[in-house]
Amino acid sequence: MSTPIELPKWADVSLVPILAVIVAFLVAGLVVLGIGENPVKATVLLIQGALGSGEGIGYTLYYATNFIFTGLAVAITFHAGLFNIGGEGQATMGGLGAALICLNLDFLPWYIVLPLAILGAMALGALWAFIPGYLQVKRGSHVVITTIMFNFLAATLVVYLLVNVIGKPGSMSPETRVFAASAHLPYLHEALAYFGLKIPKSPLNLSFVLALLASAFVWITVWHTKLGYAIRTVGHSPTAATYAGISIGRITLISMAMSGALAGMLAVNEILGVQTRLLLEFSSGYGFIGIAVALMGRAHPVGIVLASILFGMLYQGGTELSFEMPRVTRDMIVAISGLVILFAGALDGLIRRPVAGVFARFLKSGA
Amino acid sequence: MSGMEIYATLIAILESGLRLCVPLVFACLAGLWSERSGVVDIGLEGKMLVAAFASAAAAGATNSAVIGLGAGIIASIGFALIHGFAAISQRGNQIVSGVAINMLAAGLTALVGNAWYNQGGRTPPLEGNARFQPLTWPGAETIDQIPIIGPIYAHLLSGHSALAYCALVATFLSAFILRRTRFGLRIRAVGENPAAVDTAGVSVVRLRYSAVIIAGILCGFAGSYLALGQAAGFLTNMTAGKGFIALAALIFAKWRAWPALGACFLFGLLDAVAIRLQGVMVPGIGQIPVQAIQALPYLMTVILLAGFIGKAIPPKASGLPYVKER
Repeated sequence: MSTPIELPKWADVSLVPILAVIVAFLVAGLVVLGIGENPVKATVLLIQGALGSGEGIGYTLYYATNFIFTGLAVAITFHAGLFNIGGEGQATMGGLGAALICLNLDFLPWYIVLPLAILGAMALGALWAFIPGYLQVKRGSHVVITTIMFNFLAATLVVYLLVNVIGKPGSMSPETRVFAASAHLPYLHEALAYFGLKIPKSPLNLSFVLALLASAFVWITVWHTKLGYAIRTVGHSPTAATYAGISIGRITLISMAMSGALAGMLAVNEILGVQTRLLLEFSSGYGFIGIAVALMGRAHPVGIVLASILFGMLYQGGTELSFEMPRVTRDMIVAISGLVILFAGALDGLIRRPVAGVFARFLKSGA
Repeated sequence: MSGMEIYATLIAILESGLRLCVPLVFACLAGLWSERSGVVDIGLEGKMLVAAFASAAAAGATNSAVIGLGAGIIASIGFALIHGFAAISQRGNQIVSGVAINMLAAGLTALVGNAWYNQGGRTPPLEGNARFQPLTWPGAETIDQIPIIGPIYAHLLSGHSALAYCALVATFLSAFILRRTRFGLRIRAVGENPAAVDTAGVSVVRLRYSAVIIAGILCGFAGSYLALGQAAGFLTNMTAGKGFIALAALIFAKWRAWPALGACFLFGLLDAVAIRLQGVMVPGIGQIPVQAIQALPYLMTVILLAGFIGKAIPPKASGLPYVKER
């Protein structure tokens, strides 16, 4: 990425991203001010909407689930020195994978259909990232451009299939039939009711647990396995990796496929958990916001979970906010994500340099 | 269908292909300038979108398409400068910056559009002087009656908005400047080997900023054409991926101006054919899925990039920030 600027590690992983988010929010506040609303009042409404009720918290965590999956997907490629901006397409294909299993096998009991559907989502997501990876390794075309193109290819493919092949016959809107109940991933309020616990109703489902497991899996894989070591070596210095006998091509393929599988799991939350049918544009920008999440979370699972909860709050709180303040629509969240990507990513140095300067002065006066 | 009817259909498809390719040409040339100077730009989409919004807002307020165009260009340059600042001065990741610009543009235009006009993000419809009306060439209606050649004159040469002809001029100027002038040579050099340019005593930063600003101007034209020429006002996310199609066309044209025009026309034509074939039964084949045609530009770009037909090699230093040696 950008030129490294020396900072203590704790400042690098917490202070800099927090400052970046604060700057992004200040700019967003100016925008709110610009359209004639009170940013302080908007913030209070947003936080109340996100965390003010049990239902609000449920929605917040439901949105966060999507961001954890797409954030992890982007992060794992960051570690390998790659940039997968095809999360949208991989998630779309994940939806297709899950739907194909459910449409054909949902007469089977849940303990067979659900695992298969989840695997289906991961498999097609992985495939949609593996092909661009393969084309980079074998044919020299850059994954960034190929994954962009693959986003559009996935979208057109799924439109075609929904309109002509797997769509519900006689339905005007391009969507499949609703899957049988055995293929619905249970809501958390249902699952906990089974154990006698009562929580407010929300779309939050067991995917949230899967997202946390995926975060733990990524943490263990990247930092505590041989494969993770190889991935990070390739990301840091491809030359050193080659010298150490690590195949860059193999690592590229593996990390792209893992990334695609994670992005595909977005469909587990949206399609198996909430919609229970395949429809168009269910990925609605989550793939791109995953980039903001990964940058803000410094590509670390703990950071990603925290950043995802923040974005979940923005989504849920933003929805509530748009009821109270109709002028501040949910498009605000897209703009804020853009600002976060800008300040935590491309303009990272703008924040990092002054922080490093302060630290340098502080250390000098201390010595 | 008689021969004449087939011919009329052909002319109609070509005409609509020409209309659809205009914004692609501007955006593609914008990408050409930027990437030739070594700055990768996946934010074409976002710049077009802010330009479309600003131009529609300004044209609506002043009832002047020209002022609208000016506003569109200024807004687009503003976003181009953010990208330039991140990519050139801050040496940040250019892909990340491009993604940020696209999201910022999508969010802000919808948000502000809704707050200002209260119509779900769209601007009030424009008419009369607030739009770029088609220019009818002398005698087009009479000449249209002449078989074969008439429709070519009346529908393909005549009858487009002034901005469409600007696209042709912009292609010529881009090709000429990049190829034949000192400035153009330096832009190309800075995209291939910035260190050499720096050694020759020419400012890498200044060259790259000028290329990025030119890209901003061109995206300003692209967006304004969408809002003031093709449509009558701004709609949320009205670029609908055109910035990425332009990027594909740029790769297809192997980063050259005239081939860029050709690639954009091809992609515009595919779009026109897709619209035309919607629900039409083709004898012997049946219904051709529109999505298959829509997917073609992306598919062809992937295949080309993978080197299966020819080879597309980007400027050598594109995407790499330049660090001056001390």
